[in-house]
Amino acid sequence: MVVFILRRLGFMVLTMVVVSLLLFLLLEISPGNVATKVLGPYSSEEQRTLWLAAHGYFEPLHVRYFSWLGNFATGDFGESIRFKVPVSEVLWPRLANTAILGLATFAIMIPLSLVLGILAGMREGSKLDRAISVTSIATTSVPEFASAVFLSAIFVFWLKLLPGTSGMTEGFSIKQLILPVMVLVLYDFGYVARMTRASMAEVMTTAYIRTAVLKGLPYKQVILKHALRNALITPFTVIMLQINWLLSGVIVVEFFFAYKGFGALLLEASLNQDIFLIEACAMVAVFVAVATQAIADIGYTYLNPRIRFA
Amino acid sequence: MPLLEIRDLCISYYTRAGEIPAVVDFSLVLKAGESVGLVGESGCGKSTVAMGIMQYLGNNGGIVSGSIKFKGRELTTLGGEELRRLRGSEIAMVYQEPMAALNPSLTIASQLMEVPMVHERVTQSEARERALKLLADVHLPDPERIMAAYPHQLSGGQQQRVVIAMALLSNPSLLLLDEPTTALDVTVEAGIVELIAELSRKFGTALLYISHNLSLMLETCDRVCVMYSGEVIEEGAVDSIFTWPKHPYTHGLFSCIPLPDADKNTRPLVPIRGQLPLPHERPPGCNFGPRCDFFKQGLCDAQDIAIEPVTVGKDADHCVRCIRWNDIDPSDAITVGPSKQAVAVGDIVLEVKGMQKYYEVDDRSIRALISGGGKRYVKANEALDFSARRGETVAIVGESGCGKSTFAKVLMGLETATGGEIRLDGINIGEMPVRERSAKQLASLQMVFQNPNDTLNPSHTIGSQISRVIRKFGVESDRAKVAERMLRLLDLVKLPRDFAFRRPRQLSSGQKQRVGIARAFAGNPSMVIADEPVSALDVSVAAAVTELLMDIQREHKTTLLFISHDLSVVRYLADRIVVMYLGRIMERGTTAEVFNPPYHPYTEALLSAVPIADPKIEKRHIVLEGAPPSALDPPKGCPFHTRCPRKVGAICEQERPPERAAGEGHVIACHIPLEELRGVEPVIRTAC
Repeated sequence: MVVFILRRLGFMVLTMVVVSLLLFLLLEISPGNVATKVLGPYSSEEQRTLWLAAHGYFEPLHVRYFSWLGNFATGDFGESIRFKVPVSEVLWPRLANTAILGLATFAIMIPLSLVLGILAGMREGSKLDRAISVTSIATTSVPEFASAVFLSAIFVFWLKLLPGTSGMTEGFSIKQLILPVMVLVLYDFGYVARMTRASMAEVMTTAYIRTAVLKGLPYKQVILKHALRNALITPFTVIMLQINWLLSGVIVVEFFFAYKGFGALLLEASLNQDIFLIEACAMVAVFVAVATQAIADIGYTYLNPRIRFA
Repeated sequence: MPLLEIRDLCISYYTRAGEIPAVVDFSLVLKAGESVGLVGESGCGKSTVAMGIMQYLGNNGGIVSGSIKFKGRELTTLGGEELRRLRGSEIAMVYQEPMAALNPSLTIASQLMEVPMVHERVTQSEARERALKLLADVHLPDPERIMAAYPHQLSGGQQQRVVIAMALLSNPSLLLLDEPTTALDVTVEAGIVELIAELSRKFGTALLYISHNLSLMLETCDRVCVMYSGEVIEEGAVDSIFTWPKHPYTHGLFSCIPLPDADKNTRPLVPIRGQLPLPHERPPGCNFGPRCDFFKQGLCDAQDIAIEPVTVGKDADHCVRCIRWNDIDPSDAITVGPSKQAVAVGDIVLEVKGMQKYYEVDDRSIRALISGGGKRYVKANEALDFSARRGETVAIVGESGCGKSTFAKVLMGLETATGGEIRLDGINIGEMPVRERSAKQLASLQMVFQNPNDTLNPSHTIGSQISRVIRKFGVESDRAKVAERMLRLLDLVKLPRDFAFRRPRQLSSGQKQRVGIARAFAGNPSMVIADEPVSALDVSVAAAVTELLMDIQREHKTTLLFISHDLSVVRYLADRIVVMYLGRIMERGTTAEVFNPPYHPYTEALLSAVPIADPKIEKRHIVLEGAPPSALDPPKGCPFHTRCPRKVGAICEQERPPERAAGEGHVIACHIPLEELRGVEPVIRTAC
C-alpha cells in the first residue's frame, strides 16, 4: 500500500514536471514575445533588451527553465502585468474565494445527488426513479448562463430576496454566495445523481444483494450495509473529476455574478495576456487535476478491497 | 404434517412478449430431514421453483396459482415482514456461484454475524462465537483467519463452505441448494457434497437439491423430481427412478450420460433429438411428444397428461407423467447407438518435449523492493512430455489451475513457451507467436472454445463468420466457392443451411457450439484443440455435440486434443490421457491404463470424485483435503504431497518423484513402488 501511494505521488510529480516543461516551451521559448507582453507593444527595442538582460533571458534555455521551475516551486510566480503586484498576491486570495464557492457547492451537491441517485437506483423503474431521472436530465441540460439568468430573474428582480452580484466588496457575505452556488448545484447534481443511480441499479441486481435479501435482513440494512459501499465506488471517481471540472467550470458563474474567484482571474489573465499570471493559473489547475486523481485512486483502493490486496 | 407442501404451483414471467409460464402444476411434499432433488436441463423451471419458495421472483415474475405451505403456513400470501423473518432463519439458500453470492467489500465475519444478530437478536460476541463454530463445522481450517478475510481471498471451495455456514447459522429446517457445486472442481465438489450430507444429518435439515447433474442426485438425495419444460415428468425414490426410469425423457437423459461402460466405438451415446420447446411454444398434450420415439398421434397430443403412480416393478416407488408408460418399455428404445468404426491411428502429429511455460510476476511489496528479489515465477507448465498421432484423441485432464489452458494457449501461439519444444508436423512452434505463423499453420491447428455464447461475434451472421475464416486461411478465395464450402461446413455440423443468414442470438448454445466446430474445421486442420467444449452445455445437448465431434474426427482423421476436467466424458472419448496437477504430468497412458490400477494417487482421487449415475456401481470414497496449492509457490518434491492420501513420508516432500513406466507408454510419477500401486483396489466396481 505504501509503495502504491509513493508510486502515485511520484507519478503526480512527473506529470507536473512534464506539463511545466510544455508550458515553458509554449510561452517562454521566444524572449522577444515575453518582453513585448510585459512592457507593452509600444516599448522600444532597447527597453526590451534591457529588461530581458535584467531578467536573465539571455542565459541558455535549460538554465532558464530550471531557474523558472525553481521560482515556481518556491511560490515566486513573478509580477502580474495587469494588477502590477506579485502574482501570488492576487492568486491565493482568488483561489481561496473559489475554494469557498466550490466547498459550498459540494457540501450541497454531493449529499443531494448521492441520496437522489441511491433512491432512484434502489428500485429501478419505479415512479420515484422516473421522477428523479427526468429532473436530473432536465437540470443538467440547462447551461449555466441560462440558469444564472433565470434564477436571477426570480430571486433578484421578482422576489427581490437576493443580491444580483457577488462582488463581496463589503466583506464576505453568505447572501451573495447563494445564487452562484445554486447555479452550480443545479447544473452539476443531475450528472452525479445519474451516475450514482446507474451504479446503484447495477449493484441491486447482483447475486450478493439477493443473498442479503434472502438472509432475511431488513431492507434498510440490505441497502445501507450491502449495497451502498459497492454502489459508491463509481460516483466517488466521478465526484473527484467534478472538483477538477469546477476549477474552470466556474468561469461563467464567477463572471456572471462578478465573483472574485479563480475562474474570473483566469479569464482576466487570458484577455490581458498577463503571461506570468497565466502560467501560475495553469500550474495550479494542473496541480488540482493531478492531485484529485491521486486522491481518487487511493480512495478507490479503500472502497474496493479486491484492489487493495491484489 | 410435512415440512413443505407445494400444490399445483404455477409460476409465470411477464415479458413484452406476454406471459411466459415457467413452472406448471408443480407439486412436492418434503418431510423434515428428507432430501429431495430437482433435476432437469436449463430452462426446465427448477431454479424458478426454489425462488418461488423464497418468494423472490423479481419484478416480472409471479405466482399465478397454487399453494406453498411451509410448516402449515401459506407462503404465497405472507406479508413482507413475516417473509423476512422466515428467510434466512427457517428457510436458507446456497447458491451456484459462491464468489458472486458473497459481498466483495465486506469481511466474512460481518456477513456471517449479521444472520443471528438479525434473526435472534444475539449480542455481537455471541454471534461471533457462533460463526466461528460453524466455520469449524464446515471444516474450514483456521476459522479466525477466514473471519477476517474478504471473499476474494478465499478459494472457490472455501467460499462455498462459507456460504453453507452462512445458510446454517440460524439452524434452518429447510435448505435450498441451487446447483451448489456446478462452479467447482470435481475434487472440491466431492468434498462439498459430503459436507452437505454430513451437516443435514447433524442438524436434521431438510434439503431441496437443485442440479442439472443426474449423477449427483444419486449421491445426495432420497427422492428426486425430474423436470422437463416446466413440468415434473417423473418423481419418486431415487433408486426406483434410476433402476426403472419410465418416462422416455428420463431414459433419454440416462442414454446421454457417458457411463463407465459407454465407449465411443462400440457403445456410442444416443443424444435426444430435437430441442427443448420454448415456454410459449409448448406442444399440446405431452411436452416431450415431438422428441419422443414412442409418440402416438391422437393419444399423446390429445389431452393434458396427469402424473400417475408406477405399479410394476417389485419395489417401484415413483410416479410418471406419461400416458403410455404401461404400454412402452423405454429400454426398448435404442439406448446404444450403432457401433462405429474406430479410427486408424497414423503418424505422430504433435510432439511435446520438456515444454515449460513460466509467467513472471512482479512482487511489489516493500520487503521485495528492499531485498531486491522482486521477480517470482508462476510455473504454469513444467516439463511436459507427450505426443499425439493422426486420428487420435488425447485428453488432458486436471482441475482448474493445473496448467491445461496455458498449454492450449502456447499451442495456439497466444503465448510462447519458456523452454522445451512443441513440434507440430515436425516444425517447432513453441516459440512462434500466432502473428508469425503462416495461414497454413494457423489453419492446421484450430480450437473449439468452452463457452459458445462468448466466442461468436454477435453482430455478424453465422455464414459471414465462417466464410471469413475460409478466406483468411486461404482455403478458397472465389466468392462462389467460399459460399459453397461454408454451406458444406454447415452440413458437416448438421445445421440447416439457412442458418448462414442468422445471427448468433437466434441460436441455442448447442447450435452455437456447432458453429464453433464448423469454424475450427474450416481450414482442414490436422489438429483441433477442444477446451472443455461441452462443459457449458446441457446433458442432452452435450451428448449430441460430443457425438458430432467424434463423427467429424472419424471422417477427417483429425487429431483431437481434448482438454477437460470431466473424467466421465474423457473416459468415453479419449484414446490416451494425460493427467496434470500444478503444471506437471502425474500420469499418462491409454484410457484403459489410466482408469485401472496401478493409479497415481491423484488419478485415483479424481476417479472417485466423479459422480456416476448408476446405482449398480459401487465406488470407493476418497475426499481430498484442502485446496490445490498456489502455482506461485508450489510445494517442493511431489506437487501433490500436500493433499495426497497415500503420502509415504519425508521423501514426498523433498524429492521429485521418479517417472516409472508401468507399461508401454503408461507412466506414473510417484514415489510409491509400482507393485504397491498395482495392488490398489479399483475405485469403481459393478455390484452384482
